Amino acid sequence: MKEVRWHARAGQGAKTVSQLLAEAGLLAGSSVQAFPEYGPERRGAPMRAYTRISDKAIRRHDPVAAPDIVIVLEPTLVNEMNVAEGLSDDGVVLVDTNELPESLKGVNARAIPALKIAHDHGLKFSNVVMLGAAAAAGGIPLVNIQDAAVKKLGKRLDADSLRAAIAEGYACLA
Amino acid sequence: MAVKTQEGAQLLTGGEAVAYAMAQIDPDVFPVYPITPQTPIIQTFAKLAANGKATTEIVNVESEHSAMSAAIGSAMAGARTMTATSSQGLALMAEVVYIAAGMRAPIVMAVGNRALSAPLNIHCDHSDSMMIRDSGVIQIFAESVQEAYDHAVMAARISEHPDVMLPVLVCQDGFTLTHSEEPLVLTPDEDVKDFVGEYKVPLPLLDTEQVTTKGIFALQDYYTELRYQMNAAMEAAETVIADVFAEYSQLVDRPFSMLEEYELEGAEKVIFLMGSTAGTIKDVVDDLRTEGEKVGLLRLVSYRPFPAEAIRRALEPVKEVIVLDRSDAPGSVPSLHAEMAAALYGSSTKLRAHVFGLGGRELVPAEGRAIFAGEAPTHIGLRS
Repeated sequence: MKEVRWHARAGQGAKTVSQLLAEAGLLAGSSVQAFPEYGPERRGAPMRAYTRISDKAIRRHDPVAAPDIVIVLEPTLVNEMNVAEGLSDDGVVLVDTNELPESLKGVNARAIPALKIAHDHGLKFSNVVMLGAAAAAGGIPLVNIQDAAVKKLGKRLDADSLRAAIAEGYACLA
Repeated sequence: MAVKTQEGAQLLTGGEAVAYAMAQIDPDVFPVYPITPQTPIIQTFAKLAANGKATTEIVNVESEHSAMSAAIGSAMAGARTMTATSSQGLALMAEVVYIAAGMRAPIVMAVGNRALSAPLNIHCDHSDSMMIRDSGVIQIFAESVQEAYDHAVMAARISEHPDVMLPVLVCQDGFTLTHSEEPLVLTPDEDVKDFVGEYKVPLPLLDTEQVTTKGIFALQDYYTELRYQMNAAMEAAETVIADVFAEYSQLVDRPFSMLEEYELEGAEKVIFLMGSTAGTIKDVVDDLRTEGEKVGLLRLVSYRPFPAEAIRRALEPVKEVIVLDRSDAPGSVPSLHAEMAAALYGSSTKLRAHVFGLGGRELVPAEGRAIFAGEAPTHIGLRS
């Protein structure tokens, strides 16, 4: 089982990508689960979302406490909380930033310049680039994550740009 | 590796899943007022109806009190009627829920279970359902998104059965299921329609050939008899639920039970609870079984009617049952604890009880192990 925890501010699309990762896992033939964790709902507040992907049916309903992959969509959050809390022994933290913050020294963390990549492809939001990186870290085939994203977002965003941005995020972990 | 059980599955939240089931059934009337975490249910249903998937008349009322009042009028008039609510909405509706049951209105209501204020909390526990436990409504609790969907398909058949004629609440844990995406296999539209069948409740108010009175007075003369009949209907519901579960199980090839027995074979300690946390406990049971511990799980699906005899039978050989209530009862013990004690009266099975999961504090596997080991506090996860 791969367990993923997403950190973001409400409105950055963490819930959407947590679900898209699950959708891609389902397309790849795995059992999946995706759920957000809200406080009082308000835009801009820190929130978490979770994705589980497993070869066996997923029955548990507790939040992910020992993630294999942590995705941080909002880099300023690393100053407000320990995003690496409970990280599994061979787990990885992926942060949407150009340079890793000091506070993640000693953690197996990677900077993904997702916003820049998104802009390069004419996209406003970097969440889909981070989705690509998350899929690579989780061993989900690229085509599954692209198909899942295009199915859900293809009406609002250009499909080719979406596929290219996701592929570039995916390649960051290659 | 493909997971065999989810052939043809799609990802939906519990809220969306129940809305799909209801749209497939296509009730005549759906009076409703939004409230977190129920809102995705009516939101999805309204979208499906707007897209032509259902022909239902959705009535946007001004409160949950009005929602259930309108539902009763609609059901009495002879229309298949559904609604949905949570928490404070159910609290506001409670007065009318008793009336729906007393008038024997076969209404199906989806519930996203949520804690009651104060303090204000939007997350799951079962306090809202407990508040109307003696109202005469049937309450069925799901463990997963798939089960919430399946229960919603089956609910109308149970509610409208001539031996029952009581409202059925299709309960799922707020957020934990209502907002959680899990793989779901939808039953084909035609199969749902065939399974549920035409709405044929006897003596509708609008039948001018056979004129009837609804909402009658019954004083010292007949009130007792009418309450007695509700008890009899609830008793009959045990058989009806078992039959409907069995028939639907044949259709979709998934097992359903009012009382799920998990690893009870040779079990010495058994946890008893309702809802989505059962999934977490199943993982704990599997781990402890691997380590040689004789543990199991008895999951209550049908809270009302409460299958006391079946529970007693299932626990006959068990040394200790540990009841986990997802609600509390200041000044006494919560519902499952009290009702388990009644079911076990005179039995040699020992009883221990905890309160867990209030206001959305999810039980984690380590706590499940501590509960089995007898090392958990009365309120699971209580901060010191």
